[in-house]
Amino acid sequence: MAQPVIEIKNLKKIFGEREVLKDVNFTVSKGEVVCIIGSSGSGKSTLLRCINLLETPTAGEIYYHGEDILKSKKASHQYCAKVGMVFQQFNLFNNLTALENCTIGQIKVLKKDKREAETVASNYLKLVGMEQFINAKPKQLSGGQKQRVAIARALSMEPDALLFDEPTSALDPEMVGEVLKVMKNLAKSGLTMLVVTHEMAFAREVSDRVVFMDGGVILEDNTPEEIFNNPKFERTREFLKRSKNE
Amino acid sequence: MEKLATFLSGVAKVWNLYGSSLIDGTKITILIAIVGTLAGLLIGILVGIIKTITVKKDDHLVKKLVLKIVNFILAAYIEVFRSTPMMVQAMLLYYGTAWIFNIRVNAIYAAIVIVSINTGAYMAEIVRGGILSIDKGQYEAAHSIGMTHWQAMSLIVLPQALRNIMPAVGNEFIINMKDSCVLSVITVNELFFQTKSAAGATYLTFHAFAIACVIYFILTFTVTKILRYVERRMDGPESYTIHGSQSAPEAEIRVNLKQTK
Ligand SMILES: Nc1ncnc2c1ncn2[C@@H]1O[C@H](COP(=O)(O)OP(=O)(O)OP(=O)(O)O)[C@@H](O)[C@H]1O
Ligand SMILES: [Mg+2]
Repeated sequence: MAQPVIEIKNLKKIFGEREVLKDVNFTVSKGEVVCIIGSSGSGKSTLLRCINLLETPTAGEIYYHGEDILKSKKASHQYCAKVGMVFQQFNLFNNLTALENCTIGQIKVLKKDKREAETVASNYLKLVGMEQFINAKPKQLSGGQKQRVAIARALSMEPDALLFDEPTSALDPEMVGEVLKVMKNLAKSGLTMLVVTHEMAFAREVSDRVVFMDGGVILEDNTPEEIFNNPKFERTREFLKRSKNE
Repeated sequence: MEKLATFLSGVAKVWNLYGSSLIDGTKITILIAIVGTLAGLLIGILVGIIKTITVKKDDHLVKKLVLKIVNFILAAYIEVFRSTPMMVQAMLLYYGTAWIFNIRVNAIYAAIVIVSINTGAYMAEIVRGGILSIDKGQYEAAHSIGMTHWQAMSLIVLPQALRNIMPAVGNEFIINMKDSCVLSVITVNELFFQTKSAAGATYLTFHAFAIACVIYFILTFTVTKILRYVERRMDGPESYTIHGSQSAPEAEIRVNLKQTK
């Protein structure tokens, strides 16, 4: 069994009166690609945001290499630097160029010197096919280009794992492909990835495991073959049928 | 035609006799406006940042309490200074310190303090609005690469907020340039004060103030132009250079980096 990178135990999140996550348990192991699917409002984003500490869980534990990161604030920044996030809305730093977007975290958080950071950043910008745009500001880029820079920014931190929250949902259809291609290559390269997505073909093709969320719980957690061909729950079957009709 | 000729000769007379004191007054007006606006902006940034700190439910009780008290004081500061005329504030500070502490503060210092505090009250709201106008995703992205709260604020959110509020800051600057004239009530010898003296001494009131009018206009007009330039500088170049990628990409990029720095 591969070594677990992120381990989630009894995670709960309550917004006001609403219990959005109810007792979520699961593990992401090193090198694994896990896709999270589920209908709108089932708590997928909330789960990812809890893992990235953008939301404070109401209860439960999050272990990173066996250490509970909800316990210490200091460890939590180190942890954030090592578990990256790619957002649906890209969220590139608008005041910085593509290159600076990829170096600022290395310089300010990882305390690398500027030259070294620029070398790393250039490599990852090249990997996502954006090396020509290192001086461009976000407002000068298309959606697909922004998302590729955002992926390079996350990679530049040389993360242990990368979280993606519907990275292609805000893109025009013709740009979805370029981003998915980058993600497929990353998956092949052995990066640990946790991807919330509505792209079923992508989930089927690249993931080691698919997690189906429904109403704040994980209903099924299995191999893509099992989930797509032989779902155990009626809810899963319904959801898959609906998303196929779209 | 004859009127115009006498008008011009009157203006010339005022200028010959009091031109240098009008210029001295202009310098003080500029000094008060620049220092007052910059200090006001600093106060505004500080207050604006504090006012945008949000408490979380699981924060320490002491932190919540301190923040509540500080926020109350800041809100009171903003309301009091925005709701009373600067002229009255100046009188209170200047004659108040004289009456309470038996000291006469330098009028120019008093003027700068009043303009700074007054501008700060307006700037605080401008900065707060600027910070709130920045998409939450910017902060979240900063957080997601491990930045602390202060890093995210100072490196990502504030630079964007400051750029966005530049037009409003420029407005405050121009207002200060003009409104510093109310400080003549506490004997600050800025442009308005000097003009009044010149008018009183020559009995050419209209002519003296015609000169003042032109000077004020030149000041604010220049400031407007300078601010536009600053805004463009902050925006950086409109276009970006595309870098070739045929040869060894790493070397290529580094060369290009150097060129563009
Ligand atoms: N900050 C918040 N305050 C209150 N309720 C929230 C908050 N964030 C999310 N919710 C609620 O939590 C539920 C789950 O939201 P979440 O964004 O996690 O769903 P999702 O599975 O990502 O859906 P989608 O596929 O539409 O992105 C929703 O009903 C939403 O209204
Ligand atoms: Mg979502």
